[in-house]
Amino acid sequence: MTIRPLPLRPDRARRSPRAPRPGVIALGGVLALGALATAFPFFWMLGTSFKPQQESLDYPPTVLPQHPTLEWFQQLFTELDFGRYLLNTVIVVLIGFVGLMFMAMAGYAFAKFDFRGRRALFFVVLATMMIPVQVTMIPTYLILNGLKLTNTLVGIALPTLVTGFSIFLFRQFMTTIPTEMLEAARLDGAGELRTFLQIVLPMSRPILAVQVVLTFISGWNSFLWPLIVASDQKLYTLSVGLALLNQQLAVNPSLQMAAASVMVVPILLVFIVFQRYVIQGFALSGLK
Amino acid sequence: MRKSLTPYLFVSPAMLLLITFGIVPIIVAAVISTTNMNISAFASWNNVDFVGVDNYAKLFADPDFWQALGNTGLFAVVGVPAIVVLSLGVALLLNRGQGRFFRALRAFYFIPAITAIVAISLVWGYLYNTQFGLLNYLLSLVGVDQVQWLSDPVLSKFSVGLVAVWRGTGLNIIIFLAALQGVPKDYLEAASLDGAGEWRKTFSVTIPLLRFAIFFVTVTTTIAWLQFFDEPFVLTDGGPLGATTSVSIFLYKEGFRLNQFGYASAGSIVLFVIIAIVTLIQLRLRRADDDY
Repeated sequence: MTIRPLPLRPDRARRSPRAPRPGVIALGGVLALGALATAFPFFWMLGTSFKPQQESLDYPPTVLPQHPTLEWFQQLFTELDFGRYLLNTVIVVLIGFVGLMFMAMAGYAFAKFDFRGRRALFFVVLATMMIPVQVTMIPTYLILNGLKLTNTLVGIALPTLVTGFSIFLFRQFMTTIPTEMLEAARLDGAGELRTFLQIVLPMSRPILAVQVVLTFISGWNSFLWPLIVASDQKLYTLSVGLALLNQQLAVNPSLQMAAASVMVVPILLVFIVFQRYVIQGFALSGLK
Repeated sequence: MRKSLTPYLFVSPAMLLLITFGIVPIIVAAVISTTNMNISAFASWNNVDFVGVDNYAKLFADPDFWQALGNTGLFAVVGVPAIVVLSLGVALLLNRGQGRFFRALRAFYFIPAITAIVAISLVWGYLYNTQFGLLNYLLSLVGVDQVQWLSDPVLSKFSVGLVAVWRGTGLNIIIFLAALQGVPKDYLEAASLDGAGEWRKTFSVTIPLLRFAIFFVTVTTTIAWLQFFDEPFVLTDGGPLGATTSVSIFLYKEGFRLNQFGYASAGSIVLFVIIAIVTLIQLRLRRADDDY
């Protein structure tokens, strides 16, 4: 018989581990109700997206679709231009990843190089974190207009492509990479770009994962800039297409809920798969 | 460390973008706010004249701007405590439960924070619908007449605010949960030994230890409410009769619907100053608090 160490928390040892206290059950019940209430609008959205139009207007409402149909999803991609909106959204997200690379590069330079103007530039990075978008909204539009980038997908992505906060996060993480490793790579004859791509980036995987997921979410959901910059319907993203649907077809909730589902479900999937990184990222970005 | 062109090459793409879209716009906004710039400037720059502080004078005489300021103030005064208390409460409860079940529940509370506002507003607009919305149906079961969630001037403020609170708590719950990890177990056990009950421990040990997190969430939530835009924009477009028009909505409408770039820029500078002052006051109060 082995000697077990004294239990650190005596009150726990006294109870059998399998039978939760009534207090815990009540706690679980309250929190589960709150969780269901919080997520309820999404269940309602998904349920309605499969209902025929009449059923979504019915009074009293049905909880689950009685005659499920896929016609609204078909209509979105055939009669309405949601295929194009989806493609545009994906392109905006991809452009966002280019910005991510720029930010990683800048973070690396701030973390591992000593150069004239570093402090001043880093101050600029921190300063931009405190400026609200409403102040920059009109000038940014005028600047984009001056660059002839209004009504382009690049123009939609550009204003939010680089954020001070992401550069800051990359810098914080990359200062922990041992400088000796970089020196060793350089002694082996690796160029600066190769050192960055083959040593720095792989070692930054944890922070990179967080940022990739956040970049995806913010690009996918972005609304203000697509709204302001895209005046041609060919350049609408899902968010703008959806907002347009709100004004046009207020009498067909099923179609609206189907469109909302097209926008929400991919994010939910990303969230389920990468939950850890999403939460880590948001906890960090909340700390800015 | 090496001195060469390398760091500049690494830093320049990001810095170029950051300066173009982060720093330059502030200067441009300040300059434009002293002009009468509007859509005609696109035809010829000769249409732009220097007007000094006229835009600011006009702004402070504009009843619509005052209404937007009042709405924003009201949203902040009610909304900040609502979000802070609610997310702290849920985080404290979530922190008490251990195991897979409770961890799975956390995800549900977080979903509203990551989904697109446009989609969310469509769903809530449907729930709020006067004729066939679910909320009015549920209320009709207990004998309440049709409620005008989004078209009543008073109630629409509540409806729009509710969606913002629903969306805003998720992130703050995460922040509070992270902070709760840092509360030393021995403190709580020492309090138990002294005979403190659960309520007493929560209010006398845990919450004081979360002081920084609470302060932080309060400051960021205040800034978010002062910039309040998404929910009223998509749910009510600032209506009815401007009842849900925040300062940001006002600026958007003046700037992009009416193309009054100079006037809207003056408003944005005022908003910027208000946010800066409120944040500074909060930082000051915290410093005074630390003196104890």
